[in-house]
Amino acid sequence: MGPVSVAPMETERTEATEEVAAVPEPDVPWVTLVHNDPVNLMSYVTYVFQAYFGYSKDKAHSLMLDVHHKGRAVVSSGSREEMERDVQAMHGYGLWATLQQDR
Amino acid sequence: MAAVFESAPEGGAALELDEVEISILRSLTVQLLELVGPGEEPADGGDPLDALFAEGPSEPPSDPALARLFPDAYGGPDVKDDDENRAHSAEFRRYTENDLRTRKRDDALAVVRSLDALTLHGGSAELRLDREGSHRWLGTLNDLRLTIGSRLEVADDDDNARLYRLPDSDPRKPMVMAYLWLGGLQESLVETLVS
Repeated sequence: MGPVSVAPMETERTEATEEVAAVPEPDVPWVTLVHNDPVNLMSYVTYVFQAYFGYSKDKAHSLMLDVHHKGRAVVSSGSREEMERDVQAMHGYGLWATLQQDR
Repeated sequence: MAAVFESAPEGGAALELDEVEISILRSLTVQLLELVGPGEEPADGGDPLDALFAEGPSEPPSDPALARLFPDAYGGPDVKDDDENRAHSAEFRRYTENDLRTRKRDDALAVVRSLDALTLHGGSAELRLDREGSHRWLGTLNDLRLTIGSRLEVADDDDNARLYRLPDSDPRKPMVMAYLWLGGLQESLVETLVS
């Protein structure tokens, strides 16, 4: 029975592939989020975004404002390993950061 | 009142500190060192290599100030706390928390050493920091503010505003004064680094 079912399986697999593409896969990017906290100074948070990510002063400032006003901001995206590195660095600076898959 | 950091003409940052300020900064930084705890150093007779391969903790610290210094990497305030995030956070913590503690400790030790190296002239001394020293001070000032902010239970911006209006009789007043002073120092140090 096994070899006989090969042909119909082929058509089924096409559908399955499309379906799988809709849910998060390992290569779906991850993001680093920085969360608002009332202690960190706005100037310091801006400085960290410039110093660590190399962002321009304008970009760093607007990300900081997003953190402050919206409660959080996506500050970087990439592979899970890269985001773990960024989160670790943010914790080193004393910023409250987490990573998650960008769904 | 208290002086703030200024850009030194030859580069780096400079700060004028009086005897009392030096002693307060030193005492707060030593307390931070005690809170962060010893690095993973082997006990007497232990193999120094053991520390290299030792795994860190997998649970967040129970002390709120430490929990703020060493937060979970997965989850966060907008995400439902689930087993998967908890497991990822635990694994991340095992591999990163010891390093992070060591770095914070090294920064704080550098701050204590730079304070101890000061020479008083007429009751005050000038602290000079090169770029590396500025980064270490910046890290420690931030850690101190996070720690004190956590002790003062600063949870939102309104709390910050309330701190400014505390009556002199409030027992938290000395800690609040230190918190605000450290904020001024940190702000001015950032200024020297970006200008």
